[in-house]
Amino acid sequence: MTAVSISSLEVHRGEAHVIHDVSFEVPEKGVTALLGRNGVGKTTTLLAIMGLLPATGSILVGGKEFVGMPTHRIAQTGVGYVPEDREVFSTLTVGENLRLAERSGVKPRYDLVFDLFPDLRGRTGQDAGTLSGGQQQMLSIGRALLNPASLLLIDEPTKGLAPRVVEDVVEALVKATADATVVLVEQNLWVAAQLAQKAVVLDQGMVVFAGDMETLANDPDLAGKHLGVEVR
Amino acid sequence: MSSFVLFTISGLGLAGLYFLLASGLSLIFGLMSVLNLAHGAFFAAGGYAAWFVMDSFDGVSPGLRFVIAVIAASLVGAAAGALVERGLIRKLYGRHTEQILLTIGLGTAAVALMGGWFTYDPRLLEQPRWFVDTTEIAGANIPNNRLLILAVAIVLFIALMTFLTRTKHGLIIRAGVENPSMVRALGIDVARSFTIVFALGGLLAGIGGALGAVFFNGISPALGTTQLIFAFIVVVIGGLGSIPGTALASVLVALTQVYVNNYGASGMGSISVVILLAAVLLIRPQGLLGRVQP
Repeated sequence: MTAVSISSLEVHRGEAHVIHDVSFEVPEKGVTALLGRNGVGKTTTLLAIMGLLPATGSILVGGKEFVGMPTHRIAQTGVGYVPEDREVFSTLTVGENLRLAERSGVKPRYDLVFDLFPDLRGRTGQDAGTLSGGQQQMLSIGRALLNPASLLLIDEPTKGLAPRVVEDVVEALVKATADATVVLVEQNLWVAAQLAQKAVVLDQGMVVFAGDMETLANDPDLAGKHLGVEVR
Repeated sequence: MSSFVLFTISGLGLAGLYFLLASGLSLIFGLMSVLNLAHGAFFAAGGYAAWFVMDSFDGVSPGLRFVIAVIAASLVGAAAGALVERGLIRKLYGRHTEQILLTIGLGTAAVALMGGWFTYDPRLLEQPRWFVDTTEIAGANIPNNRLLILAVAIVLFIALMTFLTRTKHGLIIRAGVENPSMVRALGIDVARSFTIVFALGGLLAGIGGALGAVFFNGISPALGTTQLIFAFIVVVIGGLGSIPGTALASVLVALTQVYVNNYGASGMGSISVVILLAAVLLIRPQGLLGRVQP
């Protein structure tokens, strides 16, 4: 079943026309990696899904049209968002960052968050701005997982992290995304291959590949042609 | 020594007024990036509301009347803030030039309106007897109204910090000052907080107006606008969006002004504050307790 159906998406950032007539589908229950070189429009696509950039075309999620819907309403439909640069609230404590994500009428899943990221449990009183990059990423992911999400948008969760921390984050994401619908933007093909079953590759704001992640990861020519990514 | 104590406590009273005017400005700019040049009008409206209550309810004891006057000032300030945000500012988010033109016009029109209504002569606020009595502290006879203003400002600072740190609305405001887009991405309608912050800013400025009418021995239409420039200096020195920074900067600015006026050349206090602003901007452009903008 299709969880997200994007068709004829057009997005501008200022004067730049970043996304050109993009269409793809995201299946339910599974990870779809959105791949491509720097600046091809991966993050822009996630921002458009989240309503953080104006767009034209159609983004259907669970039968609801997201184009034109305010961001807070999109999030209220059950979309969890992990932004590219973590964007934790640095002047708020870890506990306050998580508390802010609580929604009325929804039981927050603190046990799940602290089971995935035990390092956060003892740091609830610490200012988020004083956490390491890896801990901030864990908080950003934990914040998105606090409520049950019908769709998770995760933007470069391993960006700027030390290799050892990348492994920790990937291990947590494997558990966290096991039963969820996820759109993952990732530069690191190894990480994407660990997590995703499907892949959509963008180039110059257009879809150039959509199919199984395995096909892409096992075809060096295809990967080399479209991706400027690290292959491990 | 006694004059130093007197100047210090008077300076701290003035700091209390600056804090009440500047804290709302700081939150409004920090959360919404709106430079509200009409904020002084909330201060003056509060002052006139207090004057009206003190002038109209003769049958009530002066002390109780003053309590009612402060409540009325806070309500008038809050209502003015909420109305301005809902009726005018909301249509202009992200359009900074239009916001500045609108709030300048609104501030100017409010002064003219109050001048037409109440005249431009200061209206003296009747004060309870205790206010004009003095209390001896370290050999100095301090007017009780200075102590009262200082005490009210401290209580409101604690109340504001409690609101910002202990309530969900406060959490949203603090997070919104840092990154409103991410707050929206968590499913929170930040626009609702905008009205609350404008109302809160108006409430604090309104109370400031009532107390300012006591401090300055009367209220006049342009009093808020006159004080607004110092409030902006306080906001910049303290750091945009930082309430502890605003409190600290209020004390620094007010004490600098009072000490220079009394120990240096009279009238140099305002200039010394501008020099202080320049020094802070050179050494720490984000303000004393402000965050570096990404």
